[in-house]
Amino acid sequence: MGPDIRLPLGAMFALLGVLLSVFGLTSSPATYAPALGINVNLWWGLVLLAFGALMLWLGLRARRR
Amino acid sequence: MHPATIDWLIMAVYFGFVLGVGFALRRYMKTSSDYFLSGRSIPAWVAGLAFLSANLGAQEVIGMAASGAKYGMATSHFYWVGAIPAMVFLGVFMMPFYYGSKARSVPEYLKLRFDEKTRALNAISFAVMTVFSSGISMYAMGLLLHLLLGWDFSLSVWLSALIVLGYILLGGLTSAIYNEVLQFFLIVFGFTPLVYLGLKDVGGWTGLTARLAHVASVQGYAPQAWSSTWRELGHASANPMGVEWFGVLMGLGFVLSFGYWCTDFLVVQRAMAAHSMSAARRTPLIAAVPKMLFPFLVIVPGMIAIASTLGGGSSGFALPHKADGSLNYDLSIPLMLGHYFPHGMLGLGLTALLASFMSGMAGNVTAFNTVWTYDIYQAYLHRGASDQHYLSMGRLATVFGIALSVAAAYVANRFNNIMDMLQLLFAFVNAPLFATFLLGMFWKRTTGHAAFFGLLCGTAAAALHHGLTLPRGSVPGIKGGWLDVLHSYPSEMAQNFWTAIWAFCACFVVTALVSLVTRPRPEQELVGLVYSLTARQREPDQAWYLRPAGLAALVLAGAIFLNIAFW
Repeated sequence: MGPDIRLPLGAMFALLGVLLSVFGLTSSPATYAPALGINVNLWWGLVLLAFGALMLWLGLRARRR
Repeated sequence: MHPATIDWLIMAVYFGFVLGVGFALRRYMKTSSDYFLSGRSIPAWVAGLAFLSANLGAQEVIGMAASGAKYGMATSHFYWVGAIPAMVFLGVFMMPFYYGSKARSVPEYLKLRFDEKTRALNAISFAVMTVFSSGISMYAMGLLLHLLLGWDFSLSVWLSALIVLGYILLGGLTSAIYNEVLQFFLIVFGFTPLVYLGLKDVGGWTGLTARLAHVASVQGYAPQAWSSTWRELGHASANPMGVEWFGVLMGLGFVLSFGYWCTDFLVVQRAMAAHSMSAARRTPLIAAVPKMLFPFLVIVPGMIAIASTLGGGSSGFALPHKADGSLNYDLSIPLMLGHYFPHGMLGLGLTALLASFMSGMAGNVTAFNTVWTYDIYQAYLHRGASDQHYLSMGRLATVFGIALSVAAAYVANRFNNIMDMLQLLFAFVNAPLFATFLLGMFWKRTTGHAAFFGLLCGTAAAALHHGLTLPRGSVPGIKGGWLDVLHSYPSEMAQNFWTAIWAFCACFVVTALVSLVTRPRPEQELVGLVYSLTARQREPDQAWYLRPAGLAALVLAGAIFLNIAFW
């Protein structure tokens, strides 16, 4: 058995989430015209961050036991 | 479509993690069992997501969206009829034999149950098929990336081949499985916002069905032809697929689907890697849950694309035409990514697409190196060597498996019709397989000679049926009718379904008849391999929803609900 998959999974999505949401905060609203005016980078970035954090938490909790 | 820095950054993060997982797993690969079977140590949910992801290659993602545009909601038959029941059957009835017999591959199970020649037939055809499938996947990727991003064909092929080679060489099946889990979530997270934005743009589900009604009427079908699953299947001429309900149920839902999900080592290998019998049985059942929902992720985008193109109204975008004047359905998802996603999300969407290409390739490569090493090399070329020797051979097989796939990608690029012929040949070889497994697992009288000749006759029946029939509007040749045209089908899909039905029936009948006139193996040799001679699995200490039967009931109820809800 290798290391817990939830750790790299969580780390990758948390990182992608931070990248997307920071880019979403700093980009101009005109960027989002094709996405029907929704700042998808910010909102979806936060979703990815939340998912990544959840996976990291589950993985770290299992490791402490 | 021109990716910006942020998009490249997101792709780079993904590639970094893919290779990082391979490096982290390197020190765990000590025996051939670690390398080919993950040391049978994978938790059920991880094996389940990998089971799903291994099948979720790019042809699946791109092809299902294309079918969604071409045929509409009825494409979900490939999921709710053509996958879920077979996955449930695999988990409940077949995994006990695959996992319990300690076979290391599907061909090895055939050796244990039948004989050497049946194994050899299956192992060799499977090994050749996986190499070509992986090559075709690479070819498709090279073409698409060239079209979308202007990347050089050779660059895409070699780069993706090297990355897949890197992580499988380092971490074997575990590496492939872990990366398939990453790929699964990338595809889910990459395509969900796309479906949301697309649906919002066409006015939600109601807006989509209204536009699809227009698409259907323009082409002379009933208004619901694109937005229903069963309603228009009474007659082949009433739906764009050109199939009727019996062909769908028997051809797709029974023969093709059970033949793929229950016997293809590519997917079964993931379940064999699970840490216990119970986890192995739950693997396909867990995979069935997201599988059921995938039509919304991969078919609905195609429906949105065709609704935007032909459904009237001015919003959205339009699918381009091919050189011959037909619509280029394959571009549904890639073009929607470019249309709706701003930079940032575009990077995530492209990464999801690349991930699906690589998971399709990696799945084939890991299945190939295992079958090559255990069922061809160890069985016929070099018996009785040390485990370390077979581990090195597995690594070597990974290298030449990928090299052969790259070669196949170039062949596909140069000679398109060779690939079409090969795929047709594989379809003939695969069509009868499930009859052999069904009889082998559930009738102890079935003999090795019978299995072997049954398979040959099934393949011959498939070829003969294809040679004697033709889809309407095609010329005799690669599409069929190369012997004589005795019957014409309303569509290519209908012809495929019936080819499978004939192959299955021929194999079933011949296997049963030959079994009756050949000597069966003594019963004590078949314990653990045949249903009637194997103790039932009991898991009394588990909650009902963790037991295969409980989970299976839930999954089937879900599939029935979806079929009715989208009737």
